[in-house]
Amino acid sequence: MNPLKTFATATVLLLTASGVAQAGATLDAIKKNGFIKCGVSDGLPGFSYADEKGNYSGIDVDVCRAVAAAVFGDATKVKFTPLTAKERLTALQSGEIDVLSRNTTWTSSRDSAQGMNFAGVTYYDGQGFLVNKKLGVKSAKQLDGATVCVQAGTTTELNLSDYFRTNKMKLTPITYDKSDESAKSLEAGRCDVLTSDQSQLYAQRIKLAKPDEYVVLPEVISKEPLGPVVRHGDDDWFDIVKWTLFVMVNAEELGVNSKNVEEMKKSTNPDVKRLLGVEGDKGKDFGLANDWMAVVIKQVGNYGEIFERNVGQGSPLKIQRGLNALWNQGGLQYAPPVR
Amino acid sequence: MTEPIPTPVKPPFWNDPQVRAIVFQAIALVATVAFGLYIFDNTQANLRRLGIASGFGFLSSPSGFDIIQSLIPYSATSSYGRVFWVALLNTLLVSALGVVLATLLGFVIGVARLSRNWLISRLALAYIETFRNIPLLLQIFFWYFAVLRAMPAPRQSLSLGETVFLNIRGLYLPAPEIQTGFGWVLAAFGIAAVLTTLLARWARRRQRATGQQFPILSVALALLLGLPLLTFWLAGSPLAWQVPELQGFNFRGGWVIIPEMASLLLALTIYTATFIAEIVRAGIQAVSHGQTEASLSLGLTSSLTLRLIILPQALRVIIPPLTNQYLNLTKNSSLAAAIGYPDLVSAFAGTVLNQTGQAIECIAITMAVYLTISLLISLMMNWYNRRVALVER
Amino acid sequence: MAESRVPHSNLPPPASTVGVVGWLRRNLFSSPLNVILTLLAVYLLFVALPPLLRWAFLDASWDGDNRDACRPGGACWVFIRVHFDQFMYGFYPDGQRWRVNAAVLLLILGAAPLFVRAVSSKFKIRLGLGLLIAYPLIAFILLKGGMTGLPVVDTSQWGGLLLTLVIAGVGMTAALPLGVLLALGRRSRLPAIQTLCVTFIELWRGVPLITVLFMSSVMLPLFLPAGMNFDKLLRALIGVTLFQAAYMAEVVRGGLQAIPKGQFEAAAALGLGYWKTMGLIVLPQALKLVIPGIVNTFIALFKDTSLVLIIGLFDLMNIVHNATTNPAWLGFSTEGYIFAAVVYWLFCFGMSRYSQNLEKHLHTGHKR
Repeated sequence: MNPLKTFATATVLLLTASGVAQAGATLDAIKKNGFIKCGVSDGLPGFSYADEKGNYSGIDVDVCRAVAAAVFGDATKVKFTPLTAKERLTALQSGEIDVLSRNTTWTSSRDSAQGMNFAGVTYYDGQGFLVNKKLGVKSAKQLDGATVCVQAGTTTELNLSDYFRTNKMKLTPITYDKSDESAKSLEAGRCDVLTSDQSQLYAQRIKLAKPDEYVVLPEVISKEPLGPVVRHGDDDWFDIVKWTLFVMVNAEELGVNSKNVEEMKKSTNPDVKRLLGVEGDKGKDFGLANDWMAVVIKQVGNYGEIFERNVGQGSPLKIQRGLNALWNQGGLQYAPPVR
Repeated sequence: MTEPIPTPVKPPFWNDPQVRAIVFQAIALVATVAFGLYIFDNTQANLRRLGIASGFGFLSSPSGFDIIQSLIPYSATSSYGRVFWVALLNTLLVSALGVVLATLLGFVIGVARLSRNWLISRLALAYIETFRNIPLLLQIFFWYFAVLRAMPAPRQSLSLGETVFLNIRGLYLPAPEIQTGFGWVLAAFGIAAVLTTLLARWARRRQRATGQQFPILSVALALLLGLPLLTFWLAGSPLAWQVPELQGFNFRGGWVIIPEMASLLLALTIYTATFIAEIVRAGIQAVSHGQTEASLSLGLTSSLTLRLIILPQALRVIIPPLTNQYLNLTKNSSLAAAIGYPDLVSAFAGTVLNQTGQAIECIAITMAVYLTISLLISLMMNWYNRRVALVER
Repeated sequence: MAESRVPHSNLPPPASTVGVVGWLRRNLFSSPLNVILTLLAVYLLFVALPPLLRWAFLDASWDGDNRDACRPGGACWVFIRVHFDQFMYGFYPDGQRWRVNAAVLLLILGAAPLFVRAVSSKFKIRLGLGLLIAYPLIAFILLKGGMTGLPVVDTSQWGGLLLTLVIAGVGMTAALPLGVLLALGRRSRLPAIQTLCVTFIELWRGVPLITVLFMSSVMLPLFLPAGMNFDKLLRALIGVTLFQAAYMAEVVRGGLQAIPKGQFEAAAALGLGYWKTMGLIVLPQALKLVIPGIVNTFIALFKDTSLVLIIGLFDLMNIVHNATTNPAWLGFSTEGYIFAAVVYWLFCFGMSRYSQNLEKHLHTGHKR
């Protein structure tokens, strides 16, 4: 361990240096690396969570896998980097990651001043409150004077202040870098309330020692559209990530899923044919293989499958589809057609 | 016949030390400037490419978030610039308290380390060796996540005569409320201070002239405490106490020491005190035993020996490394970021940076502040050091 | 006949001044104040120690593999036992951990002769320099893999004590040469060089390490041209190294200042140039003088490595902290922190003892 080691590391890294954000350059660099560098949350069941062996699972994780399936035809070619809310922005800006899939809220300032591009919405969320049943609180309006745990540097922190201010309530905020620390503090009684996006509250709750003692209040105080983010300035890469999402939503709409994708290739429906690359070339202009959409569906699944598997009825979180149902089923998930 | 003295051959210019010196320095300067420009250029290009805003304009836009502890009025509608001042004051507060407490504890442990009582000196040694060799961050975590988490909930607070409360939310103390007439007390204190200064000057002059000593310490204390207290009583106790009360979720009113600050302060004090104790020990040991013997043989009592002979000389050795520890403590207070105490690094270089995305500006301001604090403390200590330095005759 | 006076044989000293009693009187009960202090200390120990020992050892649970094995009232060392491998290696793949062990073993074997007094110092210097150059390369290849058929283990999988040692080791060895150069620069007579070095040193010494780490993780990427970016670990290493180099420079400067002027003059009289004077005469003496100081900064660095937690690297500190938030093991933070504390303490205390020992052996002529 000495300068030479640093030097050697530096050389190796310089040789493999990547992440140029000129048009198309991200994809080239990714192809050269052989994997996608994906920034995920530092531990949020249902969205991104690493078990003891370091295997990741969750919606955010599956989005990255889908992008890897699109690019490489292999959903396993992803390197996950767990990031705190504070780090995520710079990690993306600096090229440490290619795509940030970490329940990040789409806002105007992030789109403009902070150099991000949101590729879509994987989860329509809203901010809520998690409290101990013992407090007997039924509504967020009763939280005057409460101590609230919140993750530092998030939109949640800003919404919280807005909400308490507009309702003329006194707020004592405690901010932590990691969501785990907030949950631990709620459990210890350091704070009365934990606030976060509702989906996260459900995820945090199952991590508590006695989940049944805690309840999510009915109020939703903000709009939190969460989705994957790429760097500003590389439109080609932006398109790939954006369309990977659309493919998964379209697949659900057309009834294509990971199990029936091969059969569906024989379908006569022109929409399905185009989606699965049977008809026309939908890969060349993206710089991808012709059947990339089919591969995504086959290896990762359609939007509905991902949702149910990670946060829906097939998971401990048991979250209803709600806003995240397809547009023709009363939800907001809508994708432009593949054509 | 004498041989002509050979005229010294002028070395080639590249071997001329003076030329070399200039060349080397020029190279170093050019390289530094070029490096700086390179970085500046890259940064500019990156900011443009990524569409990140730059400049200090963000300091005047509203922050939109609340802060748990603030020494000056602050709300979510205040500006990011205000956040900076709140955060800076929080840093200064915890550092100042830490410096005082660590010095006190450090001196006690340092003296205990030199005690002739075997048990006491061993205990002091155990204390020093234990806490000095454990990372500060670990100690902060231990106090915060392991110890202070064991406190009771607000409704089960430990209380002291129903005025002081301790629970997981912090230590609640009654806050003084100044009422009309308190100005007199302040004035009395001012008069007492002036009187004490004059008295001290007179006492010193008298001692120089006649050798008679005046019990200046006790008289000064009596003056400084007695006069204001007397006025306080005469003015009809113009001070009320606002006692914290349990209302809804938390205690309201009074002063609160939040656990984030308490654990940071505890850890900083305990950790830094180990270093100060060693400095104090070394300082006292540096005063040769002959000094003590000489002083005793002159008939000075042992307390006078300590005050007039040992301490002034020991302080000379103690002050410079002590300054270093104060600087370290101030810098170490930045670990607050790990437990959410809103200090400069946590609230400004953390939250503000994240809300605005302007990393360069936020980190540059933060580093500049710490540099300024460091420079100020070292300037002050240098000045003090010169004052107490040994004047050799 | 005159009475012959046979001196009485020496009486033994009074029973109260020798043996256990004497020792006690001298050291614990020599004055009323001391009696009070002693009694107070004994009382404190009596109150604090037995419950602590009972919690840590007598009532503690040692065996098992889940939290049900833990008895209430005592420490649950099962928590440590289950996570031990993770604490040591981080997320280093199971099947590859022998590589870490091999690297550590290699270092111990290679460095062992340095600590044996019988080995000649000439050999030690050669071995030391050789180790300094060859070992990092070998260790890097062994740990990172990719060459000689070993599978690549990405640095993001390094963690635990392994990562702590890597950061401390790299930070130290890279900072030493840099620190020496900076110290020479600060003592230089060339004003421009001196100003540059002083500025650099004071700049780094004036700011907390945490802001340096923030800078290396947040700002450094923006300083580099587009397309160039470093590993998170490497960025942290750069930050730590620059920070450490500034402190090292001050330690080395102390050594340089202690070298008598005569040494410089003698070297100049022999016709040695600047680098030869420094390299052959001054630095060998100065560095030897400051070895204890260097070890002390190393101890400080070793403790400071725990700060990488704040930029999200999983060193020993962070991995223990992380394990305490594992939902399956909530409520064992005390055990976790104590374990981490003991590990850090063993390293730091060991090194400080070593440095004190060295100090005794290295006083060669400079101390009057």
